[in-house]
Amino acid sequence: MGNKTSPSVVIVGCGRLGALLAGELSREGARVVVVDRFEAAFAQLDAGFSGFRVTGDAVEQRVLRLANLDRADCLMATTEKDTVNLMVAQVAKTVFAVPRVLARVYDPAREEMYRTLGVETISPTSLSAGEFLRRFAGEASRS
Amino acid sequence: MKVILAGSGKILYYLARQFSRRGVDVRVVTPSEDEARELSRRTGAAVLAGDATDPRVLYEAGALRAHTVLALLPNDEDNLAICQIAGRMYRVPRTIALVNDPENEEIFHQLQVTTAISATRILSLIIEEQAGFEEIARMMAVGDGAVSVSEVLLREDAPAVGLPLKKLTLPEEALLGGIIRGDKVLIPKGGTHLQAGDRLILIAAPASLEAALRLLTGEESR
Repeated sequence: MGNKTSPSVVIVGCGRLGALLAGELSREGARVVVVDRFEAAFAQLDAGFSGFRVTGDAVEQRVLRLANLDRADCLMATTEKDTVNLMVAQVAKTVFAVPRVLARVYDPAREEMYRTLGVETISPTSLSAGEFLRRFAGEASRS
Repeated sequence: MKVILAGSGKILYYLARQFSRRGVDVRVVTPSEDEARELSRRTGAAVLAGDATDPRVLYEAGALRAHTVLALLPNDEDNLAICQIAGRMYRVPRTIALVNDPENEEIFHQLQVTTAISATRILSLIIEEQAGFEEIARMMAVGDGAVSVSEVLLREDAPAVGLPLKKLTLPEEALLGGIIRGDKVLIPKGGTHLQAGDRLILIAAPASLEAALRLLTGEESR
């Protein structure tokens, strides 16, 4: 990620996934900013987290500017709402020119379309389904 | 022609009613079952209860045969999703979104929403421009606020009273579209003399509006 020694990552959504990512990346030495609409969400962050917190709705560009998104190497959109993740991801790409943008999308039907729009998506639904099927196949071949 | 309205609340109801009355083939999508039943009863429109940001719901609403989709939900991200799904997946030629954060208007255009309307921006534009000019009876912003149409009352002491229009040098980007005199509408011509009590339909770009109003009414904005 560029020539910088420590990459800078903005994480939108401080739920279970966002908080886990923030803690991990922070321990690995990344400069992390976490954004959530609710202050209370930051309670999910573990003691290892050493980054910044921004309270606000990431659908507002003002909030993304507060998170210094223009200087980020990567944005991860991990809120519980697909449409928020997809909008934030597109704004990060088009307005803030963030080099790497990843968005969680639950609904596989949406995922496909956003891939055509150039958004890199991660679908827990597809991932879990794949894992279930893989293990089931392993089980079946064993018996 | 077919229009899909996705949203909730009063704006959805009034638009559905208006389109239905005009005989437009309109389909309404609203998240709540109760609101859907109520809307269908009151407007006679075909209403579907569902999440319009879900591609399957838009498909069910007939997006493949729609020429316009209006996204009127309270959240910007949902309206963007509706317009993008309609435009990209179902090739709907025209998508219109309501935008709350005025800053999002620009990005919606960049992301291929045909028209993004920020009520916040239009209303504040109207209030800012109207402040100080008491003679303006009505004003509306058109073309996403690039032009405004105002109705201006000429009082007896207004400098433009008694002048033929050709003597009136309106700023470059301003134009008189009509003169309402009593119950008649006059088409402005060079020889038309303005009278006290005339109501002028002024069409102007925001930059020229104030100069045009000063010229016609003599009022300084405060």
